[in-house]
Amino acid sequence: MAQIGHNISLPERARRIRRHALRMGEVQGQGYIAQALGIADVLAVAYFHATSYRPEDPEWEGRDRFLLSIGHYAIALYAALIEAKIIPEDELETYGTDDSRLPMSGMAAYTPGMEITGGSLGHGLGIAVGMSLALKRKGSRSFVYNLFSDGELDEGSTWEAAMSAGSYKLDNLIGIVDVNQMQADGPSLGVLNFEPLGPKFEAFGWFVQRVDGNDIDALVDAFDKARQHPHPQPRMIICDTKMAKGVPFLEARERNHFLRVEPQEWAEAIRIIDAGVTA
Amino acid sequence: MRRSKYERPAHLIGNAERPRLTTSAMIASIAGADQPTRPAPFGHALSALAEKDDRVVGLSADLAKYTDLHVFRAAHPDRFYQMGMAEQLLMMSAAGMAREGLQPWLTTYAVFASRRAYDFICLAIAEEMLDVKIVCALPGLTTGYGPSHQATEDIAMFRGMPNLTIIDPCDASEIEQVVPAIAAHRGPVYMRLLRGNVPLVLEEYGYRFELGKAKLLRDGRDTLIISSGLMTMRALEAAGELRKNGVDAGVLHVPTIKPLDEATILAECARQGRLVVVAENHTVIGGLGEAVAASLMRSAVRPAAFRQIGLPDAFLEAGALPTLHDMYGISTTKIVTRIKEWLDE
Repeated sequence: MAQIGHNISLPERARRIRRHALRMGEVQGQGYIAQALGIADVLAVAYFHATSYRPEDPEWEGRDRFLLSIGHYAIALYAALIEAKIIPEDELETYGTDDSRLPMSGMAAYTPGMEITGGSLGHGLGIAVGMSLALKRKGSRSFVYNLFSDGELDEGSTWEAAMSAGSYKLDNLIGIVDVNQMQADGPSLGVLNFEPLGPKFEAFGWFVQRVDGNDIDALVDAFDKARQHPHPQPRMIICDTKMAKGVPFLEARERNHFLRVEPQEWAEAIRIIDAGVTA
Repeated sequence: MRRSKYERPAHLIGNAERPRLTTSAMIASIAGADQPTRPAPFGHALSALAEKDDRVVGLSADLAKYTDLHVFRAAHPDRFYQMGMAEQLLMMSAAGMAREGLQPWLTTYAVFASRRAYDFICLAIAEEMLDVKIVCALPGLTTGYGPSHQATEDIAMFRGMPNLTIIDPCDASEIEQVVPAIAAHRGPVYMRLLRGNVPLVLEEYGYRFELGKAKLLRDGRDTLIISSGLMTMRALEAAGELRKNGVDAGVLHVPTIKPLDEATILAECARQGRLVVVAENHTVIGGLGEAVAASLMRSAVRPAAFRQIGLPDAFLEAGALPTLHDMYGISTTKIVTRIKEWLDE
């Protein structure tokens, strides 16, 4: 369990993560802000309910590993790492600028708390398999989480990893797939149909749950069950999320993989988030 | 060059020009009939390394038996990971293990590591300077199975990958030395593997492998052959044959392709009046030959002439290895012939 801030509710954590992300988005004027708003509830539960870590020592051996396979979601993870006090809050104004520790696409060498270099999509789950095998070899009780996207279900390497995780019965591996139904070229199911998704992972030997990824109570329950599942198999939490969740005028945009937001709209979005308007 | 698939074999229509050899089995040795060899030097060296270093684990993609890793698997079964016929996963999982402090040694064929898994080596391993050793059998033209198995361009591809060290050893004794040497180097390494009964060639030259060093095995006044991998074996044989013809040929062995020992290469090439020949088991595009040529150009070092012996820029044919090595000019006989021709020009 997280060691800090037990007095702050998970919805409040999610609100703050959205706020940090919007402030970073404002620095660039555009970006993967819809994904960040959509995944904020998952990250709030991951970082403030499910995982163990030490903010002052991001490489603490006993931590749970949280891998961001989707490098372009870096803005979302930075927001969570800022909220977790692994990254100082004042660094968010450097997002995506020269000499920043917060590049547009997540890289392990740049950022404390960033476990892997994502962004060449389809890498995370396989790296997680190797880390899970190695942690077992070391006798570690840590979990490896890999956050990836519905778009990455198109990558064959994802399925190589899924099959091996089932084959090795990796009960210390928890996959989280963000099904936000939006890829670069349009709605995910229109790019390639990956449904029925749950049965696919079940057929590969995984314990699968599918939840509303913007329902914090449901996420808490799913993360708990994933950790406590008694059978020797990898665990998958399929999270159906809403792009741009929490900012209705951004939710309404049809093509929101890479959002362009007008200067005055950032303040409006932050005002909506601060008011706790969740549409 | 390739016959039409609608044309029947020459010998069946009474038109054969030479005896027919059979395609050797995939695991056949490249050793000559009377050459001393050692079995599976990589597998034994890695097993010995693992005795001393708990971090060492072995991974393969359904090719342990064909990459000599079965020796390691038998010696250390609890440290062997079968990743299935999935080279992308092989690279990703090795990256994950290295992140957790293990030293993964993975094996597959050179074609699969280079062509299929390049992105996974590049981003998951090399970009993070992770301590993963990638050991790949069937480099260049060492199988008669055709382009699906012939890694004729692996070095060209891997030379462009930052952080990656590239090793092309010549014989069994060198492989035995390379294993502990690259284990001590913290970072990703790509090693071309000679597997099975691997010839013993270098011991008589008092040779010691040093990471990043080219070594002069034999000096010569008329020509210098710069070579790596099994072509060093061929170069030494060719030099012996040339001597009988009154040609004095030196051999500079360059087992570390990257980083290249330019200082030694340039010093040797600066000696006046010699034909410099680079011999490699690789396409003439993007390998050792072009690396040496570029180095010479940058440094304004001009040998009397510069020539390349290597595989053509083509998808090669299937068949028996000796036939193919002759056809593509990397057999000892062909090296001797061509060097004599070049010296006569």
